Amino acid sequence: MIDTLRLTAEEAFRLVERGEVSTAELHAAYLAAIAERDDELHAYLRTVDDPQGIPIAFKDLVSTRGVETTAGSRILAGYKPVFDATVATRCRESGMSLLGKTNMDEFAMGSSTENSGFGPTKNPWDPERVPGGSSGGSAAAVAGGLAPWALGSDTGGSVKQPASLCGIVGLRPTYGTVSRYGIVAFASSLDQIGPMTKTVRDNALLYRAIAGRDPMDSTTVELPEAVQVPDALDLKGLRVGVPKELNEAEGIEPGVNEAADRTIELCRELGAEVGETSLPRSVEFGLACYYLVAPAEASSNLARYDGVRYGLRVEGADVREMYEKTRDAGFGDEPKRRIMLGAYALSAGYYDAYYGQAQKVRTVIAQEHAAAFESFDVLVSPTSPTVAFRLGEKAENPLAMYLSDVLTIPSNMAGLPGLSIPCGLSEGLPVGFQLIGPQFSENVLFRTGHALERAIGFDVVPGRLR
Amino acid sequence: MAITRDEVLHVARLARLELTDEEVGRFTEQLSAILEAVAKVSELDLSGVEPTAHPLDLANVWAEDEPRPSLTVDEALANAPDRQDGFFRVPPA
Repeated sequence: MIDTLRLTAEEAFRLVERGEVSTAELHAAYLAAIAERDDELHAYLRTVDDPQGIPIAFKDLVSTRGVETTAGSRILAGYKPVFDATVATRCRESGMSLLGKTNMDEFAMGSSTENSGFGPTKNPWDPERVPGGSSGGSAAAVAGGLAPWALGSDTGGSVKQPASLCGIVGLRPTYGTVSRYGIVAFASSLDQIGPMTKTVRDNALLYRAIAGRDPMDSTTVELPEAVQVPDALDLKGLRVGVPKELNEAEGIEPGVNEAADRTIELCRELGAEVGETSLPRSVEFGLACYYLVAPAEASSNLARYDGVRYGLRVEGADVREMYEKTRDAGFGDEPKRRIMLGAYALSAGYYDAYYGQAQKVRTVIAQEHAAAFESFDVLVSPTSPTVAFRLGEKAENPLAMYLSDVLTIPSNMAGLPGLSIPCGLSEGLPVGFQLIGPQFSENVLFRTGHALERAIGFDVVPGRLR
Repeated sequence: MAITRDEVLHVARLARLELTDEEVGRFTEQLSAILEAVAKVSELDLSGVEPTAHPLDLANVWAEDEPRPSLTVDEALANAPDRQDGFFRVPPA
């Protein structure tokens, strides 16, 4: 009997190596769990029958040859890529095979998965609550025992925040370490594919499989050192910085603060030196900076959906009318808002005040983080200011939704890696703890995350499913 | 309002979005609120600060100019809503 709620990918590989379980039995077990629970959760948009390797779920913006890939948008309904994303190829080469494609906010724009063109995903801890987003389908699949692990993507916090809300481990890698070839683009200077797993060790294993330079993506680089799967249980010699503004930001729930404070205390107990630091302008101006840079890039990237080469077409009398009708019918509200916001910020007369200024703020954010890393190896904070919120709670107020990412965005603007691990419960719902490091410091994040994970002993199985 | 109804219509035209009247009203309100929030970036005096377009310090990534297999015409057209004689077919311009 395979317990899909508890099985880690590392254990799955071991069982298969020893001949105790076949990959076909693994796939059958997960497909059975999906049949049992996914009517309620809606983590998947579709499953596939490919039992050749250890199962993995991909967020539905990872191109998979011959398998529908929609990025959560009706404008791409029916689109079947004719090539594989590099991360899909690398997963297959590392002994994995696709279990299914997971739900997401349309074009990865959102923090609750309610912006999906195909209906929302529910949180396995409480189906009346959101799983976070935009990689909410991948997070819910892993937390709900519907996949051993999954890939998500993170632009402003779309791996870290849903990992936090669903009580799993999520890594946003250093920009440039994971290929974006074959990933449906949102904001190209920020988008990164990241592993979503039950344990930090699984996370390191999956990161090791997908990371490294890809000739098909000229923004990728070789890793400066090999990925190490962590096993140390202490934090001796580690300098942990607690940025004041990230831990005292307005809107952080008391229960979230308590869980994060306990985890900071645990860092001390495990031998780390803990000190306070400051990122004043990064936190105050990060969100505004992000909501200029990301929509500007999105308005350019989403110009390709024009009813000509793939996806939806709504006929019109001439080509321009066809474009406009296709895009109005195919895009949901959030992509429309961001396309218009981006086009506005880039337009003549506003460029310097908005986009140009935001690019300079980005420099300031990178400098502030670099200064903090002169004294500290890792910076820590809650991942999300809140636990999982109720479906519909923020759906009518885009700005309130944007604030879900206020703690993850600043380091993302600087291209830094961030790991979210579950650190406890508040109101019976998971709280995520964010570890931020300098560029290419994933090994330090894994080591720190693993030691904390073992010391915390968080049970990743949602209470109601135990 | 940080953005007017006419400006929303103008930007929608630039972005090739045909909006309904209801959408124009809603987006005018929502985009105004968002623009007011993001205008915060103008509070900082950043004269002399270089802009960042990309988080890694990469420049001129070169590659050998080697031919390799690419998509066939049929593969490239496989997802086209309309096609004719090996081309994408669109309504008259």
